[in-house]
Amino acid sequence: MNESTPPKEERMAALSGLGTSRKRVEDARFTQGKGNYVDDLKMPGMLFGDFVRSPYAHARIKSINTEAALALPGVHAVLTAADLEPLGLHWMPTLAGDKQMVLADGKVLFQGQEVAYVVADDRYAADDGIQAVVVEYEELPVLVDPFKAELDDAPVLREDIADQSEGAHGPRRHPNHIFTWESGDRAATELVLSEAEVVAEEMVYYHRTHPCPLETCGCVASMDKVNGKLTVWGTFQAPHAVRTVASLISGIAEHNIRIISPDIGGGFGNKVGVYPGYICAIVASIVTGVPVKWVEDRMDNLMATAFARDYWMQGKISATKEGKITGLWCHTTADHGAFDACADPTKFPAGFMNICTGSYDIPTAYLAVDGIYTNKAPGGVAYRCSFRVTEAAYFIERMIEVLAIKLGMDAADLRAKNFIRKDQFPYQSALGWEYDSGDYHTAWDKALAAVDYEGLRAEQAERLGAFNRGETRKLIGIGLSHFTEIVGAGPVKNCDILGLGMFDSCEIRIHPTGSAIARLGTISQGQGHATTFAQILASEIGIPAEDITIEEGDTDTAPYGLGTYGSRSTPVAGAATAMAGRKIRAKAQMIAAYLLEVHDNDVEWDVDRFVVKGAPERFKTMKEIVFASYNQAIPGVEPGLEAVSYYDPPNMTFPFGAYVCVMEIDVDTGTTEIRQFYALDDCGTRINPMIIEGQVHGGLTEALAIAMGQEIAYDEQGNVTTGTLMDFFIPTAWETPNYQTDFTETPSPHHPIGAKGVGESPNVGGVPAFSNAVHDAFKSFGLTQSHMPHDHWRIWKIANSLGLHD
Amino acid sequence: MGKTHLKMTVNSKEVELLVEPRQLLIHVLREELNLTGAHIGCESSHCGACTIDMNGMSVKSCTVFAAQAQDAEITTIEGLGSPDGLHVLQEMFKEHHGLQCGYCTPGMITRAHRLLQENSNPTEEEVRFGISGNLCRCTGYQNIVKAILAAAAKMNEVKESA
Repeated sequence: MNESTPPKEERMAALSGLGTSRKRVEDARFTQGKGNYVDDLKMPGMLFGDFVRSPYAHARIKSINTEAALALPGVHAVLTAADLEPLGLHWMPTLAGDKQMVLADGKVLFQGQEVAYVVADDRYAADDGIQAVVVEYEELPVLVDPFKAELDDAPVLREDIADQSEGAHGPRRHPNHIFTWESGDRAATELVLSEAEVVAEEMVYYHRTHPCPLETCGCVASMDKVNGKLTVWGTFQAPHAVRTVASLISGIAEHNIRIISPDIGGGFGNKVGVYPGYICAIVASIVTGVPVKWVEDRMDNLMATAFARDYWMQGKISATKEGKITGLWCHTTADHGAFDACADPTKFPAGFMNICTGSYDIPTAYLAVDGIYTNKAPGGVAYRCSFRVTEAAYFIERMIEVLAIKLGMDAADLRAKNFIRKDQFPYQSALGWEYDSGDYHTAWDKALAAVDYEGLRAEQAERLGAFNRGETRKLIGIGLSHFTEIVGAGPVKNCDILGLGMFDSCEIRIHPTGSAIARLGTISQGQGHATTFAQILASEIGIPAEDITIEEGDTDTAPYGLGTYGSRSTPVAGAATAMAGRKIRAKAQMIAAYLLEVHDNDVEWDVDRFVVKGAPERFKTMKEIVFASYNQAIPGVEPGLEAVSYYDPPNMTFPFGAYVCVMEIDVDTGTTEIRQFYALDDCGTRINPMIIEGQVHGGLTEALAIAMGQEIAYDEQGNVTTGTLMDFFIPTAWETPNYQTDFTETPSPHHPIGAKGVGESPNVGGVPAFSNAVHDAFKSFGLTQSHMPHDHWRIWKIANSLGLHD
Repeated sequence: MGKTHLKMTVNSKEVELLVEPRQLLIHVLREELNLTGAHIGCESSHCGACTIDMNGMSVKSCTVFAAQAQDAEITTIEGLGSPDGLHVLQEMFKEHHGLQCGYCTPGMITRAHRLLQENSNPTEEEVRFGISGNLCRCTGYQNIVKAILAAAAKMNEVKESA
């Protein structure tokens, strides 16, 4: 180092690279109300389209009369399935290999289904048109219970495929059956269970809910008939995949389609799929020749787009008397609604549900999942989780608790006794995954010490004594959860969506004066990509994060990628960013060596510059190198400084965490209070601790919602009874607790910077922690399992059924 | 449909326009006046994304007819701070990571602004109660509460030194 080289720490700090809690660059516009969301778009001549929706869950459509609607001022067109059929667009493929009606074709299969599409001057005129469309229905018997789907008297829902014995995922045994998916060794598992010293069995239900981002789904489609180009701005978590799908189903050449995801007001999985609203807006723009906007209202959103969960998981877990787990068996009945519109990688019709052995070294396991059609909305999206990982985590974390009761063991001890040990990684699970890394015992011990677990148990016992003596009506529940996720889909060899490999990408252009732009195949919906991806690059190429623009979401400019969901942005696009940065650095090294008149191998990287080995006073800063790349003819080196990387991850990443929830429960009212929530997350290398903490707070609050009250419920006629925010629970600031966050750091061995992804961990791990707290409070009165959501009424019913109100 | 003549003051500027009797205030603000800061999240008064300040009160503009705003004094997020000088609430939301997707943020800040005028030195509990009409799906509120308390402290500091 010489006088002109500031200390290393100072130069690193100037970069705001990996590990710094850099403030978000997005916030200036969002705090001033200058975000640019889909519904903010306004274009000359733009029309508004909206749906006539079915009031029935199952009915035949006898006629649709659009005359009165078309006669209204301001109504331009009314589309029905008959109008879409000549274009082949009355049905569309789903991401799960099924197909879905765009507009009702002869019958409706769920309440809220799209029946006709009214195109009008504005949303008011569209609503007038909707009221004027006359649809004659003939009601059909309704199927809402998946366990009744294959009974003799069950109505056949999907007449279009009723006689197909083969579906996208193998044999179908009944017209209402979609697929059976198996993982693991059934015979071996059944043998282990039959010979086991202890077997615990339970039905664990993870109820139907909905991602419900604050911004609903919507788009503006604009067909420019002069140059033949279609542009669609929309709430798309995967803009490139949408472009390809749009091209395949519309027949418009892919280069003539431009998909743009502007700012997105939260996604949580809701905005991965392709919905009838997008297709109809596109068709309407083609028909009318002007831009057409479609934005669903909240009721549409909750009733029609993208439910999540609805897994009935029958489980058996076996162990020795000492508590060593020997086997796990699970049969899941998956209620998919009327169309299988899960957003899973193609080869995984039940997602990564086979991560259900969790954090435990379980030698033998078997999982089967049966997908079933019912008269409910289609979906099955990954609501703030990698595909079905939250179902898996909830299942195993409930089964562990049930087993602990059966064994008479403390549930924390039982977990510790069965964790995969640090020295077992990389670990091959019985259901086929290779866990890349982990250190569960360290995290667990840290968590239990942080909350004074033994002290909590003593307090709980004391409170129980007081309760039994009639001195209090409140119980304490201690909810434990140790989850392991599988995220970052994924390796192209086994992960694709509609045949598109799930790699991701980053393209970097360094400008002559030393600033840069990087474009990615992902799209932020609040995660702060513009902030964090610049930090990854800053550390890789020595350019300050504030001098790097991150751009996503425009398919005409960004490199192809599969988008943002399943915690895949950091594991996949983040890796691509680091790898593209390394290509930049490799070229910069050649330029530096040339400028310093030494061999390439005689210079070494030092934060923001290349230095001649052994001669620290001789260096070239990145800024100097960048300019040289534009203004000097360097033999054997192309001018400019740009790079692109398409990253195919060698494996998934496996974030994990240890959560403890302490809950006070009023036995007489069923009300709950979260007294303490401790969340330790290990997401590998930490890019921006401030953003990680924010993700954990948010994910935990979504977990709180799901566990304690949020559901999409249907009555026996298939009516949605939770279709507004009056009935669909979203916690306010009032019932949301403060969370304590903590971490350990076990880098992923295969990710270029060791990062694993974190956005979904708190939802995956949080739901079992909240639910286990409720169960734990009533454990000593004989409760082993009670279904979520644990709202006040259901908790009151638990207390009542246990005789605590007598 | 006959239109109503509407006159109101929005962000200190007088505006006059014709609106349909059934038009909601949020649609007039967003679509006629191009003030797209306030958002629509539920159209039923539950989420607060559309919160504006009307005649000194926080109002959910998705369930107010524009015609009801006759002669009203309205402040939207666009009327708080400017690119050259952010309002202290805007600064504190950034400083304490009080936002993620940004969709609830304009309503949340507009509500917080009124809350701090109603109670310039609120406790954490009062802040939590005071913003409970505004839903956020991303942050879990912890950092929003922190940001509002920090803004209150800063505003009080400025007042004391003045």
